[in-house]
Amino acid sequence: MRGHGPESDIVMSSRIRLARNLAEFPFIRKCTPKDRTAVATAVHRALDSLPLSADTEYVDVAKLGDLDRQFLMERQLISHELNESQGARAVILDPKERFSIMVNEEDHLRLQVMQSGLDLESAWKRMDQLDDQLESKLTYAFTKRLGYLTACPTNVGTGLRVSVMLHLPALVTTKQIDKVFRALNKINVAVRGLFGEGSQFMGDFYQISNQTTLGKSELGLVAKVQEVVPRLIEYERRARDFLVSESRQDLHDNVSRALGILCTAKKISSEETMHYLSKVRMGVNLGLIEDVKIPTVNKLFIHTQPAHLQKLCGRKLSVTDRNIERANYLQLHLSKRSENEKN
Amino acid sequence: MKCQHCEKPATFHITELTEPSGPTVLHLCEEHARTFLSADGTATPASALASLLAKQLKMEKVAEDLAISDKKTCPICGISFADFRKGGRLGCAYDYVAFEDELEPLLVNIHGALAHTGKVPTNQSGSPERQHRLMQLKSEMKEAITREDYETASRLRDKISSIESDDESSWTDDALDEDVDDEDEEDDTFQAEPPIV
Repeated sequence: MRGHGPESDIVMSSRIRLARNLAEFPFIRKCTPKDRTAVATAVHRALDSLPLSADTEYVDVAKLGDLDRQFLMERQLISHELNESQGARAVILDPKERFSIMVNEEDHLRLQVMQSGLDLESAWKRMDQLDDQLESKLTYAFTKRLGYLTACPTNVGTGLRVSVMLHLPALVTTKQIDKVFRALNKINVAVRGLFGEGSQFMGDFYQISNQTTLGKSELGLVAKVQEVVPRLIEYERRARDFLVSESRQDLHDNVSRALGILCTAKKISSEETMHYLSKVRMGVNLGLIEDVKIPTVNKLFIHTQPAHLQKLCGRKLSVTDRNIERANYLQLHLSKRSENEKN
Repeated sequence: MKCQHCEKPATFHITELTEPSGPTVLHLCEEHARTFLSADGTATPASALASLLAKQLKMEKVAEDLAISDKKTCPICGISFADFRKGGRLGCAYDYVAFEDELEPLLVNIHGALAHTGKVPTNQSGSPERQHRLMQLKSEMKEAITREDYETASRLRDKISSIESDDESSWTDDALDEDVDDEDEEDDTFQAEPPIV
């Protein structure tokens, strides 16, 4: 979410993931603790013999504390499942956060490639290369008929999930979002919240992704998601235009109040922050808020999450303390007045 | 439209193609559709129909079929189909072979397809059948060593290393059938398809 790339006012990021399993081990639910360790060791060893290991970090997730795990989850480098589960598990991190590889998640391997803005094809290209490199050292469970075999039959075949994170505040405000999602479901495109399956729709962020993985090629699946996104962008733009032309003053009032709350609140929850930041983001993109930059807003979405906030403060904080620190942090970064006062 | 057998609304419209006189259309309520399906037992057209209707019945198979499927167990990881249905996760790659019949309608329902058309790894030795065969040969070799039958053990060792050196012909179904016929007299338990427990 660095705030650049094609269509970055609406498309936050493009993400591609592959599910892979090692042929010589049972799937996760039947892995003994010894198996889990052996899978992690096999992957670690394979990685060490690859050129990409020079720039990556192998992180033993089981040894991380709660805060560090949650921090990685907030950055979407690990999933909720990897954060919560027990036993040997790991994540391989690219220092530039262009990709991460989870070990012993729902499948032995979950590879993901991230990209700012809308650029699925180049994300797939990088993923394909990453997968090729690992495959040269590991034997994946595969059959010609069903493709890559996965723990859940919903991922079998390509093991591919192509997703695009969209910011759709105007479709939410104009109450058209449900209609759009019903249409998407009909064409086998899934909609999820910010943190994937089962997560809440926070800050008007929606992840659009393919529902099926078998019977189409990887590029076919990429094309399917790619095809839907421009239409969603167009709907969101039309809804924004409608809001500007029909009720500019109300909209201006609404986004300015949101900024006002973020700049002046003394205690604020993560949820409330997301809610108002979303409005501010739309206000900035429509030219209604001038002195705040999109990269700042994007950064605040992440930095005001509980684990990030605690990392920034350098200590564990209670919920109340977090709400106070969050308000301080927002004030510091959003309000020029407060910056001047502090200086 | 009412059900042909009662006053309830007909929610299932079944076209029966098995009649010699040509297709017959049946209009049934949910209850009578179930009766119609279970009455036909395990005959092929009925099971084909059952898988079709499974979608309409929201994947609820006819109770009897389900009970039989649920008892099926994977010879490698040991999970039953019921275990899978409860947790939604398979136990090993061989489950796709062991529960092939059960998974097929599910895959059609989820993906609308049954054949992979995407990427193929250069290293294709990760087939579950191959893993199954290797496991089996290794356990046979252990047994042979235990009973001090070193001749069989060494033959099995050669076979294992031939499979491990990625000689595809050594573990395809044809080769497996031959293995069973021409070799191990004691080894008559191997089946290309795992036994239904």
